[in-house]
Amino acid sequence: MLDETKIEALDVKAINTGAKAKSEPLYVAREKIHPKKVEGVFRRWKWIIMAVTLGIYYITPWLRWDRGEFAPDQAVLIDMAHRRFYFFFIEIWPQEFIYVAGLLVMAGIGLFLVTSVVGRAWCGYTCPQTVWTDLFLVVERWVEGDRNARIRLDKASFSLSKLWKRTLKHAIWIVIAVLTGGAWIFYFADAPTLLKDLVTGQAAFIAYSTVAVLTATTYLFGGIMREQVCIYMCPWPRIQAAMLDEDSLVVTYNDWRGEPRTKGSKKAVAQGIVGGDCVDCNACVAVCPTGIDIRNGQQLECITCALCIDACDDIMGKLGREKGLISYATLSDYNHNMAIAIDPETSKINPERVRDHTGKFGTTVRHFDWKIFVRPRTLIYFAAWAAIGVGLLIALGSRDRLEVNVQHDRNPVFVRLSDGSIRNGYTVKILNMIPEPRTIFLSLEGLPGGVMSINDIPQPPGVSFAIPVEPDKLRALRVFISVPPEHRIDGKTSFQLIAEDKQSFEKDTYDAIFETPAK
Amino acid sequence: MSANDHNDDVREIDDFTGVETTGHEWDGIKELNNPMPRWWLWSFYLTIIFSIGYAIAYPSIPMITTSSQGLLGWSSRGAVATEMSEAKAAQSVYLDKLLTTDVSEISADADLNQFAIAGGKAAFKVNCVQCHGTGAAGSAGYPNLNDDDWIWGGTVDDIYVTLQHGIRHPGNDDTRISDMPAYGADEILNRDEIADVAWHIRKISNQGFDAAGAERGASVYADNCAACHGDNGEGIREVGAPRLSDALWLYGGEHSEIVAQIVKPKQGVMPAWEARLGEATTKQLATYVHSLGGGE
Repeated sequence: MLDETKIEALDVKAINTGAKAKSEPLYVAREKIHPKKVEGVFRRWKWIIMAVTLGIYYITPWLRWDRGEFAPDQAVLIDMAHRRFYFFFIEIWPQEFIYVAGLLVMAGIGLFLVTSVVGRAWCGYTCPQTVWTDLFLVVERWVEGDRNARIRLDKASFSLSKLWKRTLKHAIWIVIAVLTGGAWIFYFADAPTLLKDLVTGQAAFIAYSTVAVLTATTYLFGGIMREQVCIYMCPWPRIQAAMLDEDSLVVTYNDWRGEPRTKGSKKAVAQGIVGGDCVDCNACVAVCPTGIDIRNGQQLECITCALCIDACDDIMGKLGREKGLISYATLSDYNHNMAIAIDPETSKINPERVRDHTGKFGTTVRHFDWKIFVRPRTLIYFAAWAAIGVGLLIALGSRDRLEVNVQHDRNPVFVRLSDGSIRNGYTVKILNMIPEPRTIFLSLEGLPGGVMSINDIPQPPGVSFAIPVEPDKLRALRVFISVPPEHRIDGKTSFQLIAEDKQSFEKDTYDAIFETPAK
Repeated sequence: MSANDHNDDVREIDDFTGVETTGHEWDGIKELNNPMPRWWLWSFYLTIIFSIGYAIAYPSIPMITTSSQGLLGWSSRGAVATEMSEAKAAQSVYLDKLLTTDVSEISADADLNQFAIAGGKAAFKVNCVQCHGTGAAGSAGYPNLNDDDWIWGGTVDDIYVTLQHGIRHPGNDDTRISDMPAYGADEILNRDEIADVAWHIRKISNQGFDAAGAERGASVYADNCAACHGDNGEGIREVGAPRLSDALWLYGGEHSEIVAQIVKPKQGVMPAWEARLGEATTKQLATYVHSLGGGE
């Protein structure tokens, strides 16, 4: 059968299976993986996602966003020195980090949601390790050729051609690595300025060392380590696999139509064994970037990149059989179909049992159905995710851009003045959280007879002060409030300090206490 | 079967993967004994080599009274010393500026003012709190520096002079001196006169008083006290005579306390600080005290 359709059986073995030597060594050298080129629906998706994610990563720091003359014009900027985070129209102060924390919680729940629906989609499509490994593989394939050529080159003895190819490959990798590490630091400073400083050797040491470290890790993880990062270093496979259930879509080899793998041999035909759809061509193993055989079932190493689906669909197409021998399928569908396929007498898979007399799949065979996306688990995840998102949006929309904080002096709690007045001291902090200079009116309410004076504000004692505050700054003031003897109220008196922007009508009120000694 | 005592006879191979198991089993799931990648082992060796290099370069090996010094000569105490000298160097800009700036001009420079107040606050905590209290609120006999009652003046210049030369500080020619006679002890006034003038002082400071005594005391006051304390008890700063008509009393405002102060006055002493703390720190202290709310 293979000969008829010219399907080549590839000489490839999964890295994580097969009887090993009689006595296992404690340590083994890595078996290098040479993923074969593949085309198909999922590969196309992966190209698109790669372009989008890399595009976002490299372009974002260069986007501009006008915030006026008192704030940086970089759309996305993490300004460590000034403790500010800018994201387009949003500016976050350190005490507003709750928004970032909220986003992280959303990312976590989003991951639960995605994983419960489509398994380890994060690993297979969007994880930086996957994206950059894919990118490095493109370079490798361009320089050294596809799988077989690369294996040949590995085995070939030293030659100028080999040296040239290897040098070129690593040189391009290092360029990509430098650009990757280089792009990262632009998120933390004004990108055009920093680029100029970097090139002219005037940037800070931390900039160069960050680029160096990220260059090294990118080169090492994307070029050399690759799947080992996922298998040995990353905790994600352990966590994500635990979040799957029987209704999660995972890359599945459908034994119920694939087995037994007779390759249509004469011996099998003579024995009357009906072969399954799998022709044991090993295409699925050859394309796997983590070097496993998906036909052994769900494995820790599987990042669900679905390239084996593309490879197998291509073979099935050439053989004129239905696609989907390897497919995204749920465990419950798989079990259902297996129950149909297994012959109760022999306890073996008989692929004829899933087909009707025309050779089509029977009506009882279950296929992918969009309905599995909607189930209590996914709805709960989505509801929690959306609730936090809406909550964050509401909080963001209603947050204060003008705040006043008041600290009462603890020592001394009050001071008696020569005319018998009682004075209390306060540290008042006015937060102007917009990138424009403002005049904030600080006024005293609810304290009969009380007048205040403020260090650094040359104005006679009164109940309202106009205080200029620099753009995007906190201004701390020493405020003294005194109450003359005729208005004296013993003990504690509550009153309000109100900060107000009379142009935008923003207002923040602080309930403060005035202390007077009991007589 | 545990991982330790397995041997070839009892080796268990997982059917599905063909990999040996460790023999550990949880709910029917067995742990496969896959070999580790060799580079992992190399990483381990590298950490050992690193630790040897680290032990040579840095202080690490304990001796009886100390530890090995390390080739780089680094120590945590040395690191602190470096940090301190860096901080000193960073401050020196402002410290130099303090020396060339008149104390009354400091507040005009916002940064310098902030530096002076912060430094003054720190110096105050070390040198002044023993008498004036941590909040500078003073106590009986030790003036409260937060209020608006200043015997020697409350401008920053006045405060600076007081700090520089002290009050009644022996050995400082420019120290502030006021010397109220001991009217009782030296028998300048008799007991009744002193009691009467004390009632008069209670009256001008808006406290309860004996009307007849206060009336008699008024003439005693005019004859003996007004020269320094002013006709109406408003005080005269030039001679360090406190105001008697306000609500604040360094040695107490009760009749008996006023009497005691007239009979034999307590006369507080404050050290001259500039010789001990230097000009910059003294200016910082003056700026800080002036900022406490009573500064003029």
